[in-house]
Amino acid sequence: MVEKLTINAARIREDFPILKQQVNDKPLIYFDNAATSQKPNNVIDAISNYYRHYNANIHRGIHKLAEEATVAHEEAREKVAKFINAKQTGEIIFTRNATEALNLVARSWGRANVGKGDKIVLTIMEHHSNLVPWQLIAKEKGATVEYVEIDENGELRLDEVHELIDDSTKIVCVAHASNVLGTINPVKDIGRAAHRAGALFLVDAAQSVPHMPVNVRDIDCDFAAFSGHKMMGPTGIGVLYGKAELLEGMPPFLSGGEMIKEVHTTGTTWKDLPYKFEAGTPNIAGAIGLGAAVDYLQGIGMETVLDHEKEISRYALGRMKEIEGLVIYGPMDVDHRVGVISFNLGDIHAHDLASILDEDGIAIRSGHQCAQPLMEFLRIPATSRASFYIYNTKQEVDVLVEALEKARKIFAR
Amino acid sequence: MSSDIYKDIILDYYRHPRNNGDLPDANVRAKDSNPLCGDIIEMQLKIGDGKISDIRFKGKGCAISQASASMLTEAAKGKTVEEVKAMEKADVLDLLGIDPGPTRIKCALLGLKVLKLAVYLHLGQTVTEEVKRLV
Repeated sequence: MVEKLTINAARIREDFPILKQQVNDKPLIYFDNAATSQKPNNVIDAISNYYRHYNANIHRGIHKLAEEATVAHEEAREKVAKFINAKQTGEIIFTRNATEALNLVARSWGRANVGKGDKIVLTIMEHHSNLVPWQLIAKEKGATVEYVEIDENGELRLDEVHELIDDSTKIVCVAHASNVLGTINPVKDIGRAAHRAGALFLVDAAQSVPHMPVNVRDIDCDFAAFSGHKMMGPTGIGVLYGKAELLEGMPPFLSGGEMIKEVHTTGTTWKDLPYKFEAGTPNIAGAIGLGAAVDYLQGIGMETVLDHEKEISRYALGRMKEIEGLVIYGPMDVDHRVGVISFNLGDIHAHDLASILDEDGIAIRSGHQCAQPLMEFLRIPATSRASFYIYNTKQEVDVLVEALEKARKIFAR
Repeated sequence: MSSDIYKDIILDYYRHPRNNGDLPDANVRAKDSNPLCGDIIEMQLKIGDGKISDIRFKGKGCAISQASASMLTEAAKGKTVEEVKAMEKADVLDLLGIDPGPTRIKCALLGLKVLKLAVYLHLGQTVTEEVKRLV
C-alpha cells in the first residue's frame, strides 16, 4: 500500500508570499479561495520570466523569442490536457475564464443546436455564469430552462434529474462542485442520464478542478469549464474542454486574427482545433502561469489536496456547528463536499459578519455568492462563506471560530 | 469586545429602528437597492409647504444600511426639501459617528440616496448624476 501523503501546511505557506502579511495588525487568514486562490512563487516567477526574457507574440513570428513563447504557450496547453485527462491538446481551448468558456458553448453550440420547444436542464445551485448564458439562449430560441432542485442536505434530487431529462432535452449543465454549498454532484450518473436521452452534458468544473482529481474522460462530459485564477494561476485565463468531434462541428465564437486558415473577400476558412476558438492574441502570460499552477498542484497531488481540504472542512464543520445560532448550508458529510462552507449566524447580515471578521484579518466572502436562484430557493438573502485551500490550517479555523463568537456577542448586545 | 464600526449606537438603531414602517398619509415614496449586496431601502415622506413633516422607512439589509436610514429619517424630519438636497456623505458619517471604509460606505449612503430620490420625485426634478452615484 502506498503511504498517504499529507500536507505540511507550514512548508506550503512558504511558497505563497502574500500569506506572510498582516491585515489590521493580525496575520492574514485567507478563507476566500472559492472566489480566487493565492499564487505560489513558481506561478509568479513563470509570468515574470516570460515578460523579462521571452515576451513575443505567438504562432506567427519566425524569430527566436516568438518560437520560445509559442512553445511555452503550447506546453501549458499540454499540461492542462494531461491534468484533466483530455484525449488531445486540441480539446483544450483557452478562454478568459470559466464564464467565457460557458458563454462559448452557449453561443456557439447552443445557438446552432437549441431550437423552439427544446429543453435545457440546469440545477438550482448553478453559479450565474452557468445559468444566465443558458437563459439568454433559451429566450432567443424559444426553448425552456428547467432546474433540478436540492434536498435538505443541499444535495441534488436525483429523482428529479431523471424526471426532468427527456427527449426534448438538448443539454444538461451541472456544477461539479457548488460554490455555495460545497456539494460534490454525482456528475458521472447525471452525464449517463443526459446521454441516454440524447442530450449533451456540460460540467462547470470551476470549483472542482482546483480542489480534487478531475478526469473528463472518466466523467464522460462533453464540455467542462474552469478558471485559472481559482487554481493558483493568474486571472484572465480559463479553459474550455470539449470533445474534439463536437468542437469540430461548432461554428466559431469570436472571430478575427489567429483563428483563421484563409481569409478572402468572398469568405473565410477556420483553423483547426483549438485555434478556431482562440481569436486574437491570447493571454500568453496567463497560459504560461496556468501551466506553472498545474505543475505546482501536480507536485502536491490532487488526492492530497482533496484530503487536506476534507480534514480542514471536517474540523471546521465540527467547530462551527457548536456556535450558538450558526446555520450551515450544504452537506455535513465531508465525502460529499469540497472545502466551501456557507453559513449564517443568527440574524447578523452577512456583510456585517464579513466586516467584523475583517477586523481580525480574516477574509471571507459575503453576499448572494453569484447564486441568486439558490438563495431564493433557500429563502435567504445572503450567506457568509469560508472556503479553504492547501495552505489553510486548523489553527486558522480556531481564529475564525473565535471571531464568530465575538461577532455573536457584539450583535447580542 | 471592541468592534470599531459596530458601535452601540449603530446596533441600537439596527435593533430598534426609529421611524420604521409605513406612513399611511405619505405623498411621496422612493425605493432603491444596492445591487452589490441586495440592501433595500424604501422611504415614505409627507411633504407640505416645502418641508418634510413626517417620514418613515422600510428596508432589508446590513446593520450599517438600516441604522443609517433610520438615523436619516430623524435628521430629515422638519427639514426643507432644499436642505435635504444639500445633505451629503459627511452628514451621514456624522450621524453614524464612524467611517465604515471604502467598501461599506455604499451601505451607509443608500438611505441618503433614497431620501434624495424622494425629494427630487416630489419636486418633479431630474435626479442629478451626483445623487445617482451615491450608491
